Amino acid sequence: MTDTLIQGRTGPWEIVLGLEVHAQVASRAKLFSGAAVGFGAGPNAQVSTVDAGFPGMLPVLNRFCVEQAVKTGLGLNAQIHRTSRFDRKNYFYPDLPQGYQISQLYHPIVGEGALEVERDDGSTFTVGIERLHLEQDAGKSIHDMDPHSTYVDLNRSGTALMEIVSRPDMRSAEDAAAYVRTLRTLLRALGTCDGDMEKGNLRADVNVSVRRPGEGLGTRCEIKNVNSFRFIMQAIEYEARRQVEILEDGGKITQETRLFDPGRGETRSMRSKEEAHDYRYFPDPDLLPLVLEEAWIEEIRASLPELPAARRRRFAEQYGLTAYDAGVLTAEDERATFFERAAGARNAKLVANWTVNDLLGRLSAEDRGIAESPIAPEALGELVGLIEDGTISSKIAKTVFDKLWAGEGSAREIVEREGLVQVSDTGALEAAADKLIAANPEKAEAVKTKPQAIGWFVGQVMKETGGKANPAVVNAVLRARLGID
Amino acid sequence: MSELTALTLTDAVEGLRTKRFSAEEITRAHLEAMQGARTLNAFTVETPDRALEMARASDARIARGEGGPLEGAPLGVKDLFSTEGVETTAGSRILQGFKPPYESTVTANLWRDGAVMLGKLNMDEFAMGSSNETSAWGPVANPWRSRGSNASLTPGGSSGGSASAVAADLCLGATASDTGGSIRQPAAFTGTVGIKPTYGRCSRWGMVAFASSLDQAGPITRSVADAALMLRSMSGHDPKDSTSLAVETPDFTQFVGRDVRGLRVGVPREYRVDGMPAEIEQLWEQGVAWLRDAGCEIVEVSLPHTRYALPAYYIVAPAEASSNLARYDGMRFGYRAGGGTLTEVYENTRAQGFGDEVKRRILIGTYVLSAGFYDAYYLRALKVRRRIADDFDRAWETCDALLTPSTPTAAFALGDKDADPVTMYLNDVFTVPANLAGLPGISVPAGLDANGLPLGLQLVGRALDEGTLFSLAGALEQAAAFRSKPERWWS
Repeated sequence: MTDTLIQGRTGPWEIVLGLEVHAQVASRAKLFSGAAVGFGAGPNAQVSTVDAGFPGMLPVLNRFCVEQAVKTGLGLNAQIHRTSRFDRKNYFYPDLPQGYQISQLYHPIVGEGALEVERDDGSTFTVGIERLHLEQDAGKSIHDMDPHSTYVDLNRSGTALMEIVSRPDMRSAEDAAAYVRTLRTLLRALGTCDGDMEKGNLRADVNVSVRRPGEGLGTRCEIKNVNSFRFIMQAIEYEARRQVEILEDGGKITQETRLFDPGRGETRSMRSKEEAHDYRYFPDPDLLPLVLEEAWIEEIRASLPELPAARRRRFAEQYGLTAYDAGVLTAEDERATFFERAAGARNAKLVANWTVNDLLGRLSAEDRGIAESPIAPEALGELVGLIEDGTISSKIAKTVFDKLWAGEGSAREIVEREGLVQVSDTGALEAAADKLIAANPEKAEAVKTKPQAIGWFVGQVMKETGGKANPAVVNAVLRARLGID
Repeated sequence: MSELTALTLTDAVEGLRTKRFSAEEITRAHLEAMQGARTLNAFTVETPDRALEMARASDARIARGEGGPLEGAPLGVKDLFSTEGVETTAGSRILQGFKPPYESTVTANLWRDGAVMLGKLNMDEFAMGSSNETSAWGPVANPWRSRGSNASLTPGGSSGGSASAVAADLCLGATASDTGGSIRQPAAFTGTVGIKPTYGRCSRWGMVAFASSLDQAGPITRSVADAALMLRSMSGHDPKDSTSLAVETPDFTQFVGRDVRGLRVGVPREYRVDGMPAEIEQLWEQGVAWLRDAGCEIVEVSLPHTRYALPAYYIVAPAEASSNLARYDGMRFGYRAGGGTLTEVYENTRAQGFGDEVKRRILIGTYVLSAGFYDAYYLRALKVRRRIADDFDRAWETCDALLTPSTPTAAFALGDKDADPVTMYLNDVFTVPANLAGLPGISVPAGLDANGLPLGLQLVGRALDEGTLFSLAGALEQAAAFRSKPERWWS
């Protein structure tokens, strides 16, 4: 891992990273109030008197959110705690109506686990999971609507979050991003979080420290609320550099909470350890300890879908895909489903190529997900089927793909309507070959001593037939006519 | 004064059912009594229009041969219980003008059973107090006065308004709440009956929270049978309160008057505190004798951790309160003070909105939960709490209920103890252990002291065994034959 070290003026430094990921639980109702959860509702339209902290209102735990947390814990191969508790984290802020957040400090629902993370190059590493706990989200303060006032929207107040805390097991910005990407894929596959980072449904607090290779852990700074892969990497790069510079100048790192400013690409101090809140955690007396039945945990375990890591391995083995293609196709549930529907009994590697290179390439260029693909999986499968049975060439297939994308009918309809069927009629091809050889006697002679020169003849025949000739048949005809072999 | 207001709840309900008088008549009689007793300051809000409307609806149901177990009975509601559309302040300026858009489960249960709401009853601010002097709306006066004195006495607290109103015949019964003795102590000071049921028996939903793990609703009434009748309606599992117990509510009224022969009654030796007036000591002995005569077996028991109950209570309760009261920030409801910055608005709102006792407890609670003090105070208090519960569990091996005095003194004069909070806190010394252990406790009027002031005896029972308490309380009530009423000086 020496390639991930930072080279400072005085030698190499190692970055040590641990992440706290806040994942909004996919649930129609909030963690304790039964109020609806949704993005895009009018301000304060989804707020119950519990969420607004009215006097005498009490929290009642949402069973489904607990099930989602257990499911996630099982997906992380983590220990599910049969007994957990809810604690209050006390602080004042207008978007925190109760004056405390209900969280799980002392006894989280999920304990230690591990996540195997795959890098882009196919190599893998393991990130230890320290814990996962359930907690309420706060509301939203809007400071820029009025110069003198802050507006508060409590729609998000009380929404269920899973805080997933990793061990400090990452050593580079890329690995941190890969970890979040893998975790996001897992959550989406489990259906426990939609992973929508733009809406803030998945965000990370990044703990960054640096040290000389082989030395003990350095003092860390926590960068709060980073909500995109790019920002996570930028924040880490900047923060690590900042810390190295301080240390190399003989300074000391102050433990503090920092904010990442995406506009400037830098982190800024938010509050130091001395200014840190004393949250006065204590067990929430309004809630009983959460006790889970073993049988229920097993029921949830049995209901788990195929997880991304297992699916990736299966795709590689069952379909003979490259590690890269398997990774891309299993990164999202919808992609895997699309691929398997398209592949059917066809040449899976070919389907994978078309899905990854052509379809996903085009979709990503237009910033769309596979769910918004104008080409249905069956339609792409039909196109690959036409290549497989020799009806069209791969080259023609690109044209057909464009027309499919434009919604001009099914692959077969397009091929028939536009006369794109590949010419495999040896008679027609023989005539074309004879004509070509007769017109180019010296080239025909040269092929006899330099067989690779046959390529020119193949190209000419293909051109002659408007690309519709079956290249394999053309090759065979030319070899016979030119007397090679 | 109308005879209708002097009835017990049980008799009134029977009279209504048999149409000897109408709900409207008995409601009007109470509204009139309330009007004549404003000097007691027992009610913070009177709701005559709603009362008459509810009474007429009751009369209509009775006419149709329908009606619940409390049909047409006018009751008072401690201002801790949220009442839909009716100002609910919990005795605090910070909730001034707050009209909840919801009805507490306990009061909703009472209205479901046909009861009529007369108004909201004064109380110590956020139920923090033992004399009703911490109310933002002024203290409540006890209808009782020392013989030959015109000095205003406390009705106790925090349910002082409830106790005073019931004692002065302003309502047939009242809801109250008890975190450390707030039902039993005022009941003892006013010659009324008050029961704090098992923690979780009554839903806390819609009850303004003081200390969530200790708060429990209960009734204050003029007889043991009335308390059983009213508690039966207030109780019941509520899915909206996670700490509400999923148990059936027994018909408590069936236990009153039941034979108590063979029941073992424990007398805890640790309750003989230093400086306890001889009169209290004598009353306690009298109570023991009454129960022995009724056929109970008297056993001496030991609750060795009793002396730590009060200190533990004054850590746990303020800790929870400091967090429960964080929501009163002036942002969404109630009182808001001005200020140039957010912090100023918070500070001014809470400085002006809360009274001194509430501030004191928020400070104590914040302190004991702070980093570095949590283990030494809060966690240790939780351990003590466990020991106290263990003490009771051990006692239940040899007895079925405990008999103790309700309070260490009779009602004291307003202004007498407000200078020293610890003296005030000592009022709860006999009542607090039952809250810490979540056990039911009832105070029954047992006699008058030399000054003519009522004194109460307390029975504490096993969790969910209110039935035994009602039987024993009924026996005490019968033996004591407490019939005294305060002299009517207020109207």
